Amino acid sequence: MNFDFSEDQRQLRDTARRALVPFAGAAREALEGGPGSELGGLGSGMWSLAGEMGWLGAAIPERFGGVGLGRLELCVLAEEFGRILAPIPFSSTVYAFAETLMACADEATQAHWLAQVAAGKAIGCLAASEGAGTVSPGRIEAALRGGKLYGSKTPVADGDSAHAAIVLAKDESGGLRLVLVALSQAGVSRKVLETLDPTRGHAELSFDGAAATPLGAPGSGWGEYERACDRVAALLAFEQLGGAQACLDMAVGYAKSRYAFGRPIGSFQAIKHKLADMYVAIEVARSNAYYGAWALEQGGRELAQAAAAARVAASEAFTLAAKENVQTHGGMGFTWAADCHMFMRRAKLLAVQIGAPGVWREKLVRALEQSNQG
Amino acid sequence: MDFNDTPEEAAFRTQAQAFLAATCSPKAARKSAERPARMEEAQASYLARAKAYQAKKADAGFAGLTWAPEHGGRGLAPIFSVIFGQEEARFDAPGAPFTIGLGMCLPTVIAFGAQPHKERYVRPALRGEEIWCQLFSEPAAGSDVAGIKTRAVRDGDNWRVSGQKVWTSGAHYSDFGLLLARTDPGAHKHKGLTMFFLDMRSKGVEARPIHQASGESEFNEVFFDDVVIPDAQRLGDIGQGWSVALVTLMNERLAVGGSPGPDYQDMMAFAAGALAADGKTSLLADSAFRQSLADWYVSAEGYKLGRFRTMTALSRGQAPGPEASIGKILNANRLQEITSAAIDAQDHYGVVMGQSAASDLFLRSYLWAPGLRIAGGTDEILKNIIAERVLGLPADPRADKGIAFKDLPTGA
Ligand SMILES: Cc1cc2nc3c(=O)[nH]c(=O)nc-3n(C[C@H](O)[C@H](O)[C@H](O)COP(=O)(O)OP(=O)(O)OC[C@H]3O[C@@H](n4cnc5c(N)ncnc54)[C@H](O)[C@@H]3O)c2cc1C
Repeated sequence: MNFDFSEDQRQLRDTARRALVPFAGAAREALEGGPGSELGGLGSGMWSLAGEMGWLGAAIPERFGGVGLGRLELCVLAEEFGRILAPIPFSSTVYAFAETLMACADEATQAHWLAQVAAGKAIGCLAASEGAGTVSPGRIEAALRGGKLYGSKTPVADGDSAHAAIVLAKDESGGLRLVLVALSQAGVSRKVLETLDPTRGHAELSFDGAAATPLGAPGSGWGEYERACDRVAALLAFEQLGGAQACLDMAVGYAKSRYAFGRPIGSFQAIKHKLADMYVAIEVARSNAYYGAWALEQGGRELAQAAAAARVAASEAFTLAAKENVQTHGGMGFTWAADCHMFMRRAKLLAVQIGAPGVWREKLVRALEQSNQG
Repeated sequence: MDFNDTPEEAAFRTQAQAFLAATCSPKAARKSAERPARMEEAQASYLARAKAYQAKKADAGFAGLTWAPEHGGRGLAPIFSVIFGQEEARFDAPGAPFTIGLGMCLPTVIAFGAQPHKERYVRPALRGEEIWCQLFSEPAAGSDVAGIKTRAVRDGDNWRVSGQKVWTSGAHYSDFGLLLARTDPGAHKHKGLTMFFLDMRSKGVEARPIHQASGESEFNEVFFDDVVIPDAQRLGDIGQGWSVALVTLMNERLAVGGSPGPDYQDMMAFAAGALAADGKTSLLADSAFRQSLADWYVSAEGYKLGRFRTMTALSRGQAPGPEASIGKILNANRLQEITSAAIDAQDHYGVVMGQSAASDLFLRSYLWAPGLRIAGGTDEILKNIIAERVLGLPADPRADKGIAFKDLPTGA
């Protein structure tokens, strides 16, 4: 047993961290509507960097133009993106779109889209939610009829900038199916949504007879969607972890330098214990995330349980770290100018993106029940 | 990253399973429930069983797995202890009386003892023939353990010790004790300490069991009345007792902090057979219960997997850091939550003893859990350690700096 990333993977992390240094302000620019804001930060150059460095195609096979590394490498990158609140559609394109295509699209579809993703030419997204409430099979109204898609999806993460979407829809038999839709066609309209976190794009996508290609077998849609979510959860947990760690680092730094009552605030136990609680939550999240990463790489039966645990722990840690980071900064933490609120925004965004914490706790217990039954 | 056993680990696991199957009976309840189950059994019979098992374990080469071969160990990486622990947990394998000795005291003897001592004491401890206890805490010094008062005064080749220890687990059945004593009250409090070990049957030592909140009597007050300890039984230099104690305490972090009571699995099994508040559906189907269950699982896994991460770090030659303190915070608090929730879930009837083994397990553990948040460093002290040593935050302002120990305020 070896429960850590390899030397190569740690090198990848260091390389990524260094390469991202010039982009430390990208999320802020996106927030302020500066040069990095159009298309969710693509303009800042971070997206092209991700393409040039081979990060977009890290887990895409070489025959499709990728680098052919594994999911563990994606986990390493995710943590680095999370740390700097990267304002780019990496998670939608890579964890959701490309990974789902690799799991259930045919060879030709994969060849076309994966090559585009790896080259940084295509942004993808996953569209399931149709409005308020938890996504569940009975609530899906989007429908595929005669190869055309009808209905609407909202909110769709990165739906504003995506070139293609994987959509959860009913097919003619009434069963669910994932379908692939190119978004630059007549029959697709988008409405950009304002969300809690302006540094990441969201849209409502409406389909009125858009050409759509079914993925996977008829009736497989819900199962494929849940497995897609498990993979996204395992990877997103690392983004959340990176964000949480960044909050703790900020809070510790501030607690050492800010003085009150003639001493650094970090020498007050109320602050110390708060930061220790953040550390404990982050370590719990990190351990669960590592197991999720391993299960993802293995691609076996453990994934559902491991991904759910990773996600529950990561959402908890990031939410806690983000809010207590504000508290540690006092009045300064409540300003627009301090970055604290950007982490609060992102923490919540990521916590609900593929299902809120309560949904994942329930999934986790279901997985536990299943593993108990053998 | 790889969770599967290496071929070497798998082979070791098979050997461990074979030994355990031949030596112990499989356990219906989980090992994590060992402590409350143990409360049912008379102490003497439990001790005899534990000693017999420990001897077989040592003879088969499964004790002291990580210790150097010259100390009767096998010189294996820490992961092998974890593997053995995982397998042992499936069996009725009583090991509690040796946790402090083998986990904390003997590693200190190995680190600071003279060669003849190691030859004399290590092997019998490994075989469970001799039990060791840790004589650190005193009435006026627990968290602030460097504030102990028990005096050791030099007398030729000997030391004469007088004073009192308290909360000493197992002192009443221990053969030897690791003793932190004050040798220079005129020095600063951390400077005037020296470490010794002694025979618990020495003249002038008296251990009196203390009746615990949980009902049993496992820890003791220990009185020292002019007890003679040969200077040869000093561990480390005179005045260096604090550095020696830190080695003991560092080992403590790896030795304690496991999950010694009912955990999420027990709670799941219990809920499957219990009713939710509506009196109709299973508690296991209750959504609020399921939400909590998920959190307990995440915490339990966080501990278990975190330990694997520590093992991986150790196998790379890194020292066990204060990070390991997290485990005890997680497990002790989870135990308190779980036992409390199990009682609440049964409403009025939750407090009634003797309804079922499962329900008694929760009741007993509910009473025992608070001790876990105190023993081996309180939650608050562990959080201070994380904040100061891991996160690098400034130390608490101290009122005891630069003052001779004898002049410190005590509140008494
Ligand atoms: C079941 C059990 C078994 C034990 N076994 C042993 C044993 O075998 N050998 C041994 O030597 N000892 C043993 N102990 C003693 C244990 O180590 C001490 O009880 C513990 O360290 C706390 O010390 P105290 O009881 O003096 O409490 P105090 O130190 O008086 O603490 C009281 C409260 O004040 C808080 N506090 C104290 N200092 C600080 C601070 N700096 N910052 C914030 N809060 C603070 C504590 O967290 C606690 O909440 C055992 C205890 C228990 C409960």
